[in-house]
Amino acid sequence: MSLHALTVAEAADGLRQKKFSSLELVQSLVDRMQKVDPRVKAFLSIDAEGALAEAKKKDASPPQGPLHGVPIALKDNLNATGQPCTCASQILKNFVSVYDATAVRKLREAGAVFLGRTNMDEFAMGSSTENSSFHPTHNPWDLERIPGGSSGGSAAAVAADECFAALGSDTGGSIRQPASVSGCVGLKPTYGRVSRFGLVAFASSLDQIGPITKNVRDAALLLNVLCGQDPMDTTSLPSPVPDFTQALKQDVRGMRLGLPKEYFVEGMDPEVEKLVRAAVAELEKQGAKIVEISLPHTEQAVATYYVIATAEASANLARFDGVRYGFRAENPHDLIDLYGKSRAQGFGTEVKRRIILGTYVLSSGYYDAYYLRAQKARTLIRRDFENAFKECDAIMTPTSPTVAFKIGEKTSSPLQMYLADIFTIAANLAGICGISLPCGFAQKMPVGLQILGPSLGEESILRVANAYEQATAWHKERPNL
Amino acid sequence: MNYETTIGLEVHVQLKTKTKMFCGCVNQYGGAPNAQVCPVCLGMPGVLPAPNEQAVRMTALTGLMLDCKISPHCKFDRKNYFYADMPKNYQISQYDKPLCLEGGVELMKECYPKDAQKDVSASKTVRLTRIHLEEDVGKSFHFEDSTGVDFNRAGTPLMEIVTEPDIGSPEEAFAFLSTLRNILLYGNVSDADMEKGQMRCDCNISVRPVGQKEYGTKIEIKNMNSISGVRRALAYEIQRQQTALAKGEKMRQETRRWDDATGTTFVMRTKEMAHDYRYFPEPDLMPIDTTVWLDEVRKGVPELPSVRKKRLMQERGLTEYNAGVIVADLELGHYFEAAASQSKDANGIANLIVNDLLRDLGAAAKSVTESPIKPADLAALVELTDAGKINSKQAKEVFAEMFQTGKKPMAIVEEKGMSQVSDSGAIEKFCEEVMGQNAKIVADVKGGNAKAIGALVGQVMKLSKGKANPAMVNEVLKQKLSV
Amino acid sequence: MNPQGIDVTYVAQLARLQLSPEEIERYQAQLSQILSHVENLGALNVEGIEPTAHAFPQTNVFRKDEVRPSLPVSEALKNAPQRVNDLFKVPKVVE
Repeated sequence: MSLHALTVAEAADGLRQKKFSSLELVQSLVDRMQKVDPRVKAFLSIDAEGALAEAKKKDASPPQGPLHGVPIALKDNLNATGQPCTCASQILKNFVSVYDATAVRKLREAGAVFLGRTNMDEFAMGSSTENSSFHPTHNPWDLERIPGGSSGGSAAAVAADECFAALGSDTGGSIRQPASVSGCVGLKPTYGRVSRFGLVAFASSLDQIGPITKNVRDAALLLNVLCGQDPMDTTSLPSPVPDFTQALKQDVRGMRLGLPKEYFVEGMDPEVEKLVRAAVAELEKQGAKIVEISLPHTEQAVATYYVIATAEASANLARFDGVRYGFRAENPHDLIDLYGKSRAQGFGTEVKRRIILGTYVLSSGYYDAYYLRAQKARTLIRRDFENAFKECDAIMTPTSPTVAFKIGEKTSSPLQMYLADIFTIAANLAGICGISLPCGFAQKMPVGLQILGPSLGEESILRVANAYEQATAWHKERPNL
Repeated sequence: MNYETTIGLEVHVQLKTKTKMFCGCVNQYGGAPNAQVCPVCLGMPGVLPAPNEQAVRMTALTGLMLDCKISPHCKFDRKNYFYADMPKNYQISQYDKPLCLEGGVELMKECYPKDAQKDVSASKTVRLTRIHLEEDVGKSFHFEDSTGVDFNRAGTPLMEIVTEPDIGSPEEAFAFLSTLRNILLYGNVSDADMEKGQMRCDCNISVRPVGQKEYGTKIEIKNMNSISGVRRALAYEIQRQQTALAKGEKMRQETRRWDDATGTTFVMRTKEMAHDYRYFPEPDLMPIDTTVWLDEVRKGVPELPSVRKKRLMQERGLTEYNAGVIVADLELGHYFEAAASQSKDANGIANLIVNDLLRDLGAAAKSVTESPIKPADLAALVELTDAGKINSKQAKEVFAEMFQTGKKPMAIVEEKGMSQVSDSGAIEKFCEEVMGQNAKIVADVKGGNAKAIGALVGQVMKLSKGKANPAMVNEVLKQKLSV
Repeated sequence: MNPQGIDVTYVAQLARLQLSPEEIERYQAQLSQILSHVENLGALNVEGIEPTAHAFPQTNVFRKDEVRPSLPVSEALKNAPQRVNDLFKVPKVVE
């Protein structure tokens, strides 16, 4: 088998057993990128030279961690010293990071090699990677379709075997949804499990970093490395980090799996629904019990999300002003002009739209009606999940109501785009964990099954996901590139 | 037409923690530009704040010292506005749930300007509205056609102390700031040196005709660099506003900048057109529960100046004036304690410090810590005087010499052969000689003019080259003249 | 809630975005649409409900007052669009 088709576990094991070298691994990926990335365009920048040099060093040194010598790709909103960090925005086009994100540092300490920065929707705002200010990314399963977003580059790169795994970030589904429409595994940890220090903030109370991988085992492996309390992020949880791979040894007998009735309604592609229900049936066959649950405030989730996320984003993005770093417009006549022009020229349309909405909902006279109210609605949504998890151990839903649409198909209606986030958004509002994994194909495009777990319940969702994955062969399918 | 003045102050105090409020950069004045910054205090993409425990505790301590209610639960909020010295274009501050509420500062008489102290009769307390914790911004340097920003100061922990509009005059404002500063020094939470920007003050002032119920238009004054500057700026503003009102002009709510060089204020260009700060709770920071650690902080509350003043009066026998002067300056207090611990005469020590030491230090532009006379030596001088070894006139000579040379008092007394003469025989001899030479004065005294004895005492002092014990001389003369 | 919709011109000013009149018009229409969906939150009964400040609140998460190394000045200014000496340069600000 070609080296590029390996999983993280296989690569790490193979390196340990000296079946191949890190240099060979990196070279195989570089070759693969050269072959397919001109069509997939998953990457914004590739540092082949740097990665090969680093791989050589790894080969010459004793194994330092579980990912020693394994190349991993980074979404371009994660700071890594000396690397670009564009967030797919013109405003950070030439920015070079001066520090490591904690998650990046942990990967480094585990021995990983970094080979490139993946494409994304600008500042993680979007569900298709069409909002990248550089170029769209193409779904490896059908190059005319979107790879999902905002971590579309990471998902496409994994799906196309351009890397063994990639890091993404998830604020309203940005790991799970691209994983779903690109046919890979994507996991959003419980809020606070993984330090956000170094992740360019979109919505502070919703963002999490997570792995996008070829299978569930790899996701567990990466999670082991990424999780842990960080003094640089005081919202990170003090909870101990178990060995998540242990969860893969358990079956689902006796587990209660909840199906929320509000998620199986009109507007969903009937083939998607069929595949998700088939997946549920498979788990039932394996001994899980299926229960119908209710998440009564599902309908308010999108509105709640778009008020809170844009409000926080409007403040988080205020720092991009052309003063200390980033794009500065030419010949401003005063400071206000510098701000106004740099930000108007540097930010893309979707980003500006969300900044305006977010600024508005916080503005004088509107705070109570919008932001405060949305935070109360959020409490109700959290409670929905707390109540649901009394009745079940994990919740099963489709990740996305449809398969990947064509590039350009949906860009005219922002509201339509927002409504497509319906299945993934609530997990960020509630702070719980979720995973998406392949459960079949509809119209020849991948369909994702989402499994949501209670906060700190990654072991439960990994358990269910693994049980399903091991009984099926979807994860072994590869696009024809 | 008589006018009354209403003044409220917003005081920003830099806390003397080792590190900044939200990152581990050193908190130090005067570093090379942008040499004390990190991704966090530069507001780089992806950074997060980590709150300084010591800063939170110091703010709570300040609240306890100023009689505030310490909120059991409080949080941080984002205050959103754009400016070149703002690393994130939002400041992490506290909006609706600050660390401390209410409280008050009793103005110490000694903290009024020297020329206004005699006019202070009643005691006055200025109430506080709140104290909250926030981060400082960077510093701008203006050149001919550009501005340069240094972010070393950005992120310094800042306490914002807001008063109720209880202050009625520039002198009271001066007294408030001095009293406050002193308390902050006692608590070791800040050096509060206005010239170094460690304490900054914005004033809100309005003037209205006496008897009018509604406040006049509130005008904000900024850019005073010293406590006396605040006094001058307010005095100017009151005059300016009164003059304008008397002419029938209408006051507009505005922000004015004090220019110390010209001694005037002028309208500032507004920074932010719409002051819509869009406050919302800081999602990157967890809330604070003070109930868990407040008792520990309470143990660290020092003896406050007003309490120490009473104690010095009651337990050490100091006069009110002396006690007031000594507690109004922390270093002076330390000096006093060090000296008084080596003497039985605390008030004698206080007198010497308050009258002589301060005068000479002032003239030499030295601070107490730079005093050429060490506390132990000052105490020794007092002991010598009290024991009658030298008289008070001699003591002044010795003091002057001590201040000049730093020598010990006993050494100076011996060098100058100054020992006071208290031998009764010698004194009798002096008295008889003087009486013999001044028959007219003697007759005067015997004739009923008791005061004339002073002239005879003076003659004895002259004859004895200043060494005679004046009290004894007086006694002996009285005896001899049978008065 | 607000029947007039967003005053995009005013809000863009607050957010320091210098938009063209055409952009303002386009955003006005799109945001009206989005806002009317958000208005649905108005119908929700949130009586007595506490707002969520943090998904999993903890209290008193502090950092010890210990010095950590700062950036070398060259790194601090590495991405500066313009500089004057070791300062970040901006157009002259008049106070």
